[in-house]
Amino acid sequence: MSAADPKRFDLDDATAERLLREAQEHKGISLWQDAGRRLRRNRPSWYAMVFLIGFGLLSFLAPLLPLRSPVRSNLDITLHAPTLDGGDGNYLAALDPEADSALVARQIEKDYWELSSLDHGLISLRRMIFGSWQTGHWLGTDHLGRDLLSRIVWGSRTSILVSLAAALCSLVIGVFYGAFSGLVGGRIDNLMMRTVDILYSIPFIFVVIFLITLIGDYRQVLEEEWGLDREKVFYLVIGAVFWLTMARVVRGQVLSLKHAEFVQAARVMGASTFHILCKHIVPNVLSIVIVYLTLTIPAVMLFEAFLSFLGLGVEPPRVSWGLIAVDGTSAINPLRIHWWVVIFPALAMGCTLLALNVLGDGLRDALDPKMRGKD
Amino acid sequence: MPLLSVKNLAVRFETHHGTVRAVDGISFDMEEGETLGLVGESGSGKSVTNLALLGLIPSPPGVMSGQVHFDGQEISALSEPELRTVRGNRIAMIFQDPMTSLNPLLTVGRQMTEVLELHKGKSHSEAMRLAAVGLGEVGLSEPESRLAQYPHELSGGMRQRVMIAMGLLCEPRLLLADEPTTALDVTIQAQILELMAEVQRRHGTAIILVTHDLGVVAGTADRVAVMYAGRIVEEGPTHQLFKNPHHPYTQGLLSSVPRLDSDTSQKMSSIPGTPPDLAEMPPGCAFAPRCPNVQVECKSERPELLPSGVPGRSNACPLFASAGSAEADSAEAHP
Amino acid sequence: MIRFLFRRLMWFVVTMTVVMSVSFFLMKNVKGGPFDTERALEPAIEANIQARYHLDWPLWKQFLHYTGPFNLDERGLAGTQEKVLGGVLSGDFGPSFRYRDFTVNDIIGQALPISALLGVVSMMWALALGVSTGIASALRRGSGVDLALRLAATGGIALPNFVIAGFLIIIFVFMIPLLPVAGWGSIKEMLLPGFCLGLVYAAYLARLTRTGMLEALSQDHIRTAQAKGLSPRTVVLRHALKGGLLPVVSYLGPATAGILTGSLVIERIFFIPGLGSHFVNSASNRDYTLAMGVTILYTVLVYSMNTVVDLAYTLLDPRIDLAEEA
Repeated sequence: MSAADPKRFDLDDATAERLLREAQEHKGISLWQDAGRRLRRNRPSWYAMVFLIGFGLLSFLAPLLPLRSPVRSNLDITLHAPTLDGGDGNYLAALDPEADSALVARQIEKDYWELSSLDHGLISLRRMIFGSWQTGHWLGTDHLGRDLLSRIVWGSRTSILVSLAAALCSLVIGVFYGAFSGLVGGRIDNLMMRTVDILYSIPFIFVVIFLITLIGDYRQVLEEEWGLDREKVFYLVIGAVFWLTMARVVRGQVLSLKHAEFVQAARVMGASTFHILCKHIVPNVLSIVIVYLTLTIPAVMLFEAFLSFLGLGVEPPRVSWGLIAVDGTSAINPLRIHWWVVIFPALAMGCTLLALNVLGDGLRDALDPKMRGKD
Repeated sequence: MPLLSVKNLAVRFETHHGTVRAVDGISFDMEEGETLGLVGESGSGKSVTNLALLGLIPSPPGVMSGQVHFDGQEISALSEPELRTVRGNRIAMIFQDPMTSLNPLLTVGRQMTEVLELHKGKSHSEAMRLAAVGLGEVGLSEPESRLAQYPHELSGGMRQRVMIAMGLLCEPRLLLADEPTTALDVTIQAQILELMAEVQRRHGTAIILVTHDLGVVAGTADRVAVMYAGRIVEEGPTHQLFKNPHHPYTQGLLSSVPRLDSDTSQKMSSIPGTPPDLAEMPPGCAFAPRCPNVQVECKSERPELLPSGVPGRSNACPLFASAGSAEADSAEAHP
Repeated sequence: MIRFLFRRLMWFVVTMTVVMSVSFFLMKNVKGGPFDTERALEPAIEANIQARYHLDWPLWKQFLHYTGPFNLDERGLAGTQEKVLGGVLSGDFGPSFRYRDFTVNDIIGQALPISALLGVVSMMWALALGVSTGIASALRRGSGVDLALRLAATGGIALPNFVIAGFLIIIFVFMIPLLPVAGWGSIKEMLLPGFCLGLVYAAYLARLTRTGMLEALSQDHIRTAQAKGLSPRTVVLRHALKGGLLPVVSYLGPATAGILTGSLVIERIFFIPGLGSHFVNSASNRDYTLAMGVTILYTVLVYSMNTVVDLAYTLLDPRIDLAEEA
């Protein structure tokens, strides 16, 4: 009895057709769809995501908002409590409207720092919309009479930018290192992971502090020869600290995927290595990378605050949340409690980091394949 | 007085998708020292029945109703602390996968002695001695050294023997066995089943053996209850039930078991369709959608489990109860 | 077990070699370092440096002298008796470059006990607070208590520790004058700094414990334990706890490293004369021997802690075989 004998399987065209139709009616759920659905159901994480997107937008559009200068200090009004009275029309009052655009740009930058052309564009837009109106000191002023509201909003830009850049830096290094190590396996994998272990035991923070201090000495050389200003070095150094965990995690995931039965099944079915890589390995690694990215960003922000505390963070006139938090904490004294200098920065930073952590947790729960289909 | 009397036991789970009726009103009795095989496919509610008898249904999603009488006491009405004196003591339970059902971080000895210390007030040394004796009884060599070992150091068959020994330490009147051989190799299966039979002979323990494997039941159970979609559809002495099944589901089950002597040119028979979604049970007989003898009444009225005229047997198919009894009588008379 | 320790020791040697080579290299080549010949120094100081650091020796000899374990001096400094042992490996971190009259050992010797005590207090806070709230959270899963505790834990990792310290100082020192603001010595003075430093790790531990316990409680053998009639208390304490706390044990390694790092900030805020403050100052003072000395010390501490944690792990989980390292 040959296996191809149709009678043996009793399957005519009509039946086959019907079976196919039935099968197609059952819509399967892909990992991403399932994850998206579970994320949406997870209320706190959803709100966190909405909050972060909104806040990110606000931060990006900071030059567009009618805020005061975050840099201009006024020693007559140091440590003034928040007031809700409306603003005044003194924005960029000292600006000479007749001067040419390059001069205008430089004058504007006196109230800020070096800005990109996009930011200049947004500022021009703002002046068109709001004229010279600027908000009042709605969140109070700091110890140098600088407007706190504006500092917090502009500070968010730096903090978010630094965190994203450094996190991405660590991601790139970590993913490549880990994926390569996991895929290659064997002795090389062993060696690479041992290196990671060694680097792990060295308290990197010390090395970082050391490096940043050092870099201060070599600043000129770095800028001239390599084009690296302090900012960029900052990103690189921080990224270099955080890639270790990402590498470990990615390597672990790649290893378990390599030997996963579905990968072997795909191979047996004749899929090429490239196909397996794209369709099976990358999506599964991607999910864990996303989760860790969301959890690395808060760690980097806290680290930046830590460095600011030690005086190694961003330099004035630039603002970052870390710097504002440090200013706030140093203004604490037993005689008069200037609560706004501590509370508002803490609120801003706390909410953002909380949202990031909640989102990261939600993503991890949503993407955990063990939870697929269950609730 | 039967040892165990279950009346209208039901377990439902409240979930997002609706109310899942895992056990939908079952009743049965058990005598001392007998083995009842509870048979059914996955999702038929047999394991949940076992858990319900001991009150181990997790309470927020699960709700239990009905009555369970054991040894003259209504244990379904007991409070939780009172139930704890029954568990492991007068009714014991052994589970399917001994690797995950035994605590990997505690020694075998520790896991065994704790029941004796708790229920029988034995001292640690006395409990260890009894545990060693128990291990010897189930056929483990060097029982004393086993006590100091961890579960992962033993083979699958050995672990299941430990489970059985552990269950019997307090000399329970009833042993609930939830698929005790499913996770084991076939040869070990046979050994374990024989061990359980011997244990029963020696201690007079009644056993409820839950399984989806008809072969297991055929060899060891005195009586069989067949479950489908949370209900018992047929019940009776093993030999008679296997030889002459009354309910269409039982008939379908038995005929779908492949036999060595069957004609290989014929297609294997199977019951068409799939079991119902327990959250959306059809009104009437649960098996109606798949039954070859289905009638109009079957779809609207839920049939009861009634004695079928043959002593000791009952089934839930109204068609058979009337039409088949005569044939059954003659069949029983000439086996 | 012996093989495991031996392997750990070997890797430790490798790590230390790397760390010490890097430190030495940095010290020699970096601007403003003790060996920077571009700096103009008083002749007396320069001669002193030459003598102390043996700058006329070949490079490899200088390195070996720094690392030790043998003192390669033919004669002691300033006519003192010659010591057989020297260098980092025998515990001598060399002279401080900034504090000319002190050796790094002197400075570390003074500051280490203080930092160690702070570290221990912080760890105790972290464990006590974190593990207990984690277990409470797991046992009352989904309840209001659980939600509140989880929120608190997530909040604890959302603020820099100096901000939290700031808040707590406002509350407990200024508003309710319960604790002193600075200084170190009495128990009262240890409470707040220890708490601030340990808080972040308490938050992490709370989360880890909660997840670990939930996972442990969902295992099949818990059902078996319940079927044996054990009380809920026994089930949790005897059957679930060990498995549930395993992730906590693994975390103790990174937690130690974290507490060491965090101490830099906390010591500054509370004016505690510990090792952390010395390190930060040494970086800006370019006191490289001190900086490297502290770094090496911390590396040793973290490495040892990680090894101890791995050992503890195997004691807790009999399934783990030390011979196979992941």
